[in-house]
Amino acid sequence: MKVLVAVKRVIDYNVKARVKSDQTGVDLANVKMAMNPFCEIAVEEAVRLKEKGAADEIIVVSIGPKAAQEQIRTALALGADRGIQIETDVELESLTVAKLLAKVVEEEQPGLVILGKQSIDSDNNQTGQMLGALTDMPQGTFASEVNVADGKVAVTREVDGGLQTVSLNLPAIVTTDLRLNEPRYASLPNIMKAKRKPLDSKTPADYGVDTSPRLTVLKVESPAERQAGIIVGSVDELVEKLKNEAKVI
Amino acid sequence: MGILVIAEHDNATLKGATLNTVAAAQAIGGDIDLLVAGENCAAAAEEAAKVSGVSRVLVADNAAYAHQLAENMALLVTDLGAGYSHILASATTTGKNFLPRVAAKLDVVQISEIVSVESADTFKRPIYAGNAIATVQSSDSIKVITVRATAFDPVATDGSASVEAVAAAHDAGISAFVKEELAVSDRPELTAAKVIISGGRGMGNGENFGLLEKVADKLGAAVGASRAAVDAGFVPNDMQVGQTGKIVAPELYIAVGISGAIQHLAGMKDSKFIVAINKDEEAPIFQVADYGLVADLFDAVPELESKL
Repeated sequence: MKVLVAVKRVIDYNVKARVKSDQTGVDLANVKMAMNPFCEIAVEEAVRLKEKGAADEIIVVSIGPKAAQEQIRTALALGADRGIQIETDVELESLTVAKLLAKVVEEEQPGLVILGKQSIDSDNNQTGQMLGALTDMPQGTFASEVNVADGKVAVTREVDGGLQTVSLNLPAIVTTDLRLNEPRYASLPNIMKAKRKPLDSKTPADYGVDTSPRLTVLKVESPAERQAGIIVGSVDELVEKLKNEAKVI
Repeated sequence: MGILVIAEHDNATLKGATLNTVAAAQAIGGDIDLLVAGENCAAAAEEAAKVSGVSRVLVADNAAYAHQLAENMALLVTDLGAGYSHILASATTTGKNFLPRVAAKLDVVQISEIVSVESADTFKRPIYAGNAIATVQSSDSIKVITVRATAFDPVATDGSASVEAVAAAHDAGISAFVKEELAVSDRPELTAAKVIISGGRGMGNGENFGLLEKVADKLGAAVGASRAAVDAGFVPNDMQVGQTGKIVAPELYIAVGISGAIQHLAGMKDSKFIVAINKDEEAPIFQVADYGLVADLFDAVPELESKL
């Protein structure tokens, strides 16, 4: 079974995003970039499926600027077999990304597509589900456990009240949640080897997908800052303040 | 053109988030229909009819919707939703699961987790874990939106909408429900609680969360946790408050042994009052707390419990 993994280049999760002074967006100039953390988990899960013998080839795809090849190389170093980059300098909406991925799915015919549940920049949480709709594949979103057997995949999902398990016909889509696995680090020899793995370069036009946006970002602002309050000296003072000042207990 | 709101429910009862989502629909303006899709969901539909501001409750009662599988829900909502100007669902794990499928089927974008309605086509939503707020305008004919419940005050439940059955039975036949393991608790749910007490890595282990539970019992509070406490294996992930867990905004949030990482603050900084108890006076949590207590939690929390 082929596994297709989609990865996104985003601001490093340790970096605090700062809004540009002209309110047109978040300042990404000279900011450290990395693979979206949920996408790292997706790559790791694919590699584990291959190690278990459930998958025989892992294709990693990334849509974004030329520099996103770094994230594809990272995935190749972690164990993916080949990469596809769809190069664009335009920030694409989830629907457009899903349409491009649907074309890749049509070409590659994977048994399983694994994506992060959301990217930590746009926080949309849409692409996997939209890809499911466009390809009529079932989806297991927010996965904390994935088991492939007998032409089906059982996905345990993190839902609001606890866990839910669904059984999906293959081919299927899985989106990862944090507890699915702990991604490994790439070893130096594997990083060297990854440089020789095949990486195909494409553009959205190659797939005939219209990338014009449907949403206009009117402005991007910093959230209202919360003011620090006071330090109380004792539990008694705390209880007194909560009762008489805040009146919340 | 009207607004279709998809109700959040478990067949027996309507979930509170529905009331906040209807409030967002009212802010947009227009006739509001509330869809209850489930199996043997008459009780939830009856509650839905009482939601203020709703004109019609549409009930799709069919085995295909028993567990609100995304594949089947998306077919139903796409079928019903094509005639509306807006389709709204709560930004819960249920709404987030099926609604993007609906948007893609309708060939429109989804606007995720709105926190304010500026006009019928313009909305605010947090990006970068709440470190920035984007104002976005949609040019699509149908606006498909998930709503962050904590950003809207719930509507009342003194309405009397008409109830109509929807016959449409969509079963995609490609997915099946296997099982559910839901946490059973007498305490309120995190996203609905008026008071929350949360523990972080400073709790040391899972058993020490018992200290927080005693306080929670006296205050009628829910118990939460930071991602650090979840990652350390102290407590399950469904207790996690933060960007990667639940977004909460109770009247009182008590953070115990939580340092205040950005990712945690993103999940609770809209609480009305925040109390921080931490022995490290440099902890960033104190920068957002209304009342800070620099103390060893193992002394302070039992003392707090005894004085409530």
